[in-house]
Amino acid sequence: MSLLELEDIHSYYGNIHALKGVSLKVEEGEIVSLIGANGAGKTTTLRSISGLLHPRKGKVIFRGKDVTKLAPNLIHKEGLGLVPEGRGIFPRLTVLENLEMGAFLVKDKAEIARGIEQAFTLFPRLRERAEQKGGTLSGGEQQMLATARGLMSTPSILLMDEPSMGLAPVLVDQIFDVIKELNAKGTTILLVEQNALMALSIAHRAYVLQTGTIVLSGAASNVAKDENVRKAYLGI
Amino acid sequence: MRRLIKSAGLREILLPLGRMAVFVLGAGALMSVVMVVLALLCRGSGADKLLLSTQNVNIVFYTMANLPQVLIDGVTIGFVYAAIALGYTMVYGVLEFINFAHSEIFAIGAFAGVEFLIIMDKIGVLATSGTYGPYLYLTLALAIGMLAAGGIAVLIERTAYRPLRGAPRLVPLISAIGVSFALQDIIRLVESLTTGQFYRVIPTFGNFDDKILLFTIQTASAPIKVDIQVKSVIVIAAAVMMLVGLNYIVNATRIGKAIRSVAQDRDTAAIMGIGVNGVIAFTFLIGGALGGAAGVLYALKFTRIDPFVGFMPGMKAFTAAVVGGIGNLTGALLGGIILGMLESFAGAYLGTFTMGNFGSEYKDIIAFLILIIVIVFRPSGLLGEQISQKA
Ligand SMILES: Nc1ncnc2c1ncn2[C@@H]1O[C@H](COP(=O)(O)OP(=O)(O)O)[C@@H](O)[C@H]1O
Ligand SMILES: [Mg+2]
Repeated sequence: MSLLELEDIHSYYGNIHALKGVSLKVEEGEIVSLIGANGAGKTTTLRSISGLLHPRKGKVIFRGKDVTKLAPNLIHKEGLGLVPEGRGIFPRLTVLENLEMGAFLVKDKAEIARGIEQAFTLFPRLRERAEQKGGTLSGGEQQMLATARGLMSTPSILLMDEPSMGLAPVLVDQIFDVIKELNAKGTTILLVEQNALMALSIAHRAYVLQTGTIVLSGAASNVAKDENVRKAYLGI
Repeated sequence: MRRLIKSAGLREILLPLGRMAVFVLGAGALMSVVMVVLALLCRGSGADKLLLSTQNVNIVFYTMANLPQVLIDGVTIGFVYAAIALGYTMVYGVLEFINFAHSEIFAIGAFAGVEFLIIMDKIGVLATSGTYGPYLYLTLALAIGMLAAGGIAVLIERTAYRPLRGAPRLVPLISAIGVSFALQDIIRLVESLTTGQFYRVIPTFGNFDDKILLFTIQTASAPIKVDIQVKSVIVIAAAVMMLVGLNYIVNATRIGKAIRSVAQDRDTAAIMGIGVNGVIAFTFLIGGALGGAAGVLYALKFTRIDPFVGFMPGMKAFTAAVVGGIGNLTGALLGGIILGMLESFAGAYLGTFTMGNFGSEYKDIIAFLILIIVIVFRPSGLLGEQISQKA
């Protein structure tokens, strides 16, 4: 049984048919990349998984349970973490409070403290900024915070929506190193990226999304070799 | 030490108390100075001569002698406005929407509390309740007003607003205006069915109408007594306690943190495990309860209520919320105090300074004039954030 499985998902914004039958699987322990051009439906896919947008057709199965119609807070409770597009930092909460929000459902204070310590070890910059308001952080720091916050609930899968967006190359490298490190420690990751080259280099498997449909899937190394992918996304 | 204060949650009690003191003293001092300067400028004017001939005092002395009473009245009504304004501003904070039915939620609180007191009066327990009994019944009336208003607020959210979430902004606004009118008529219907009259008068009980003499100012003619009614003290004390309580809930509790995060980013709050619908309902509950308590306090102060009693206080409180910076709790407090003070100053001095051409019935114009001036120069309100910062 896969950790996460999408079966023929159709999602709409009003009359706009944004996802036209998306199916994909993520196995435990994998990094799976979902790549595609701007407007392909990558964010919509993550919103459909996490309950922020309910698909009109199809099923989302997470850890063997049908979560298609569940509210986002209940899906989160099942062990799903999301690092949203644009980071979704609470601008008027401090860095520390933002992290605490990530562990909103965690009852054990000691566990929260451990999570915060872990976040600071992963991203030492956040420790220096702990009392600063989220809205005053730089883009890179916000991405670090969003990632760390997503981990606070120790989710069994972390969905990440374009973590490299708007970051300087050094920071992109740093974020991708962290993703690899997290995965090595056992976190399953579904990574959405426009930066296909980077995404394919660290993923086990990949899906290519084009105007709401999956047009290609397979081992990341094979996807990277595909003629069309190389032309369209890798600029080769 | 700072850590200790923080961990005890004491900070979230002392901080709002400090702010209230600053706002009351600041607004009071500022307006007093303006008033005295105006009086100095008006020396020798017609108004001055009129006062000398009728009351044998000059305008400067008259202004200063009346200040204490005007300030006390301003603070009293200011805290009532602040309590109502918080309902508008909290709902705006989480939904970016003006709950125009809040003025009727206030009215329902007032009616529920007053009806309870009328029943207690009829069965005779109010008159025989001794020294402390009246306070018990008033507390019960407040609790009933809060429950009724909070409950109605939650019901309105569930039936008239939640189904419209995601609709264009204007749609829930129209719904709110509709709910507002509907509730007015429902109150009128219920009240006239039971007694044939649709207004109510709060029973006279306890020592609430007594006046506590603070000090006396000797003048050439009759001495001026500065006093405060017991009920004004109660209104201020109750409002201060509720405002501190609300501040504590919002800033120092888990549900408060959930409210703040929903206000800042609803989707992200949801994926952190927060039940957004529950949080929004809770926001209506406490905003409504505050409004309901304000309704009972208003009835205590002004004695007579009718189904339209919410309209003016509602408009003023809405103005207060906007002046302070809608969505900002401290702003609602500041706005309420400013509006209460302005109204009290205008009510007391407008007639004298214009030799009766503009009597105190024009005091409301001042409130709305201020609204226009503030939003022209500071669209986001005195303590509001710049709109562009809102993500
Ligand atoms: N809130 C929305 N309302 C209407 N259309 C939307 C909305 N969000 C996205 N879309 C449309 O859905 C499609 C997929 O968008 P999205 O999932 O954001 O793409 P991606 O994340 O791959 O860039 C696009 O055509 C976009 O215009
Ligand atoms: Mg996107």
